[in-house]
Amino acid sequence: MMTRRSSAGADRKRRDRMAINQFFFGYFAFVIILTALLVVTRKNPVHSVLWMLVMFFHVAGLYLFLNAEFMAAVQIIVYAGAILVLYVFLIFLLNLKEEIQGEHYVGEWPMGLTLALSVLVVILIPLAGMKVKPFGKWSIAAISKETHTVALGKVLYTGYLFPFEVASIILLVAIVGAVFLARGKSDSPEDE
Amino acid sequence: MVPLNWYLLLSAVVFTIGILGFLTRRNIIIMFLSMELMLNGVNISLMAFSHYMQDLRGQVLVFFIIAVAAAEAAIGLALIVALFRNKPTVHVDEMNDMKG
Repeated sequence: MMTRRSSAGADRKRRDRMAINQFFFGYFAFVIILTALLVVTRKNPVHSVLWMLVMFFHVAGLYLFLNAEFMAAVQIIVYAGAILVLYVFLIFLLNLKEEIQGEHYVGEWPMGLTLALSVLVVILIPLAGMKVKPFGKWSIAAISKETHTVALGKVLYTGYLFPFEVASIILLVAIVGAVFLARGKSDSPEDE
Repeated sequence: MVPLNWYLLLSAVVFTIGILGFLTRRNIIIMFLSMELMLNGVNISLMAFSHYMQDLRGQVLVFFIIAVAAAEAAIGLALIVALFRNKPTVHVDEMNDMKG
């Protein structure tokens, strides 16, 4: 009798926790979808970039939900801290006063809408019968025993060392290429 | 526990919104932002798979995607600056100089 009541209590506690989890996931999903829609519909690019910032923070919250603290930090530092700042600088470099007047969709927008919705349908079809089966060794308990950063570092620096080095080359090429492209005409640097 | 399919649904919707923005907007800056949206949609699904399959390889992949996205943003925005210098517009339908 006693054990049954305590198991029922544990059951209810688990159900409550599940409801809270689903509530928070619903909040994050709602804000992400809403801000994504605002990003693609706002007329002013600065507004789009600021809504994108809100979206990145909520995606980072979703990563925290998936027990990935390090990736949440990377999401905020790289996406919100580096990439979005680049966009803001670009918008301030270009003078867009006349650009944001007038029509801001292309004439063929129904075609784009149809194509996007059909891609969504194609993605959603296989979702119903999907099963994930072969489990790896990094369960939540294993990750929290080592802390997430150490676990990710072990995988990254043992199995994926060569791609890691290739990523550093890609970043170097991006730095040099961006400077070269944005500098202007190479034969007369004092032109601009 | 939230089911895996919810995450995949969210990821698909974010990816679709990215495609929609890329195909319908005239402003090239918004088109680049839509590309980041698509990358984020893929990242969400990779993180969810990584968590539910108890395997960290998905998160390693997200790590590389973020690195490549940073490189792509730097190069792409430099290209926009170079384009704007040649022809002062950010509307893609006015960039038709090579049309025969």
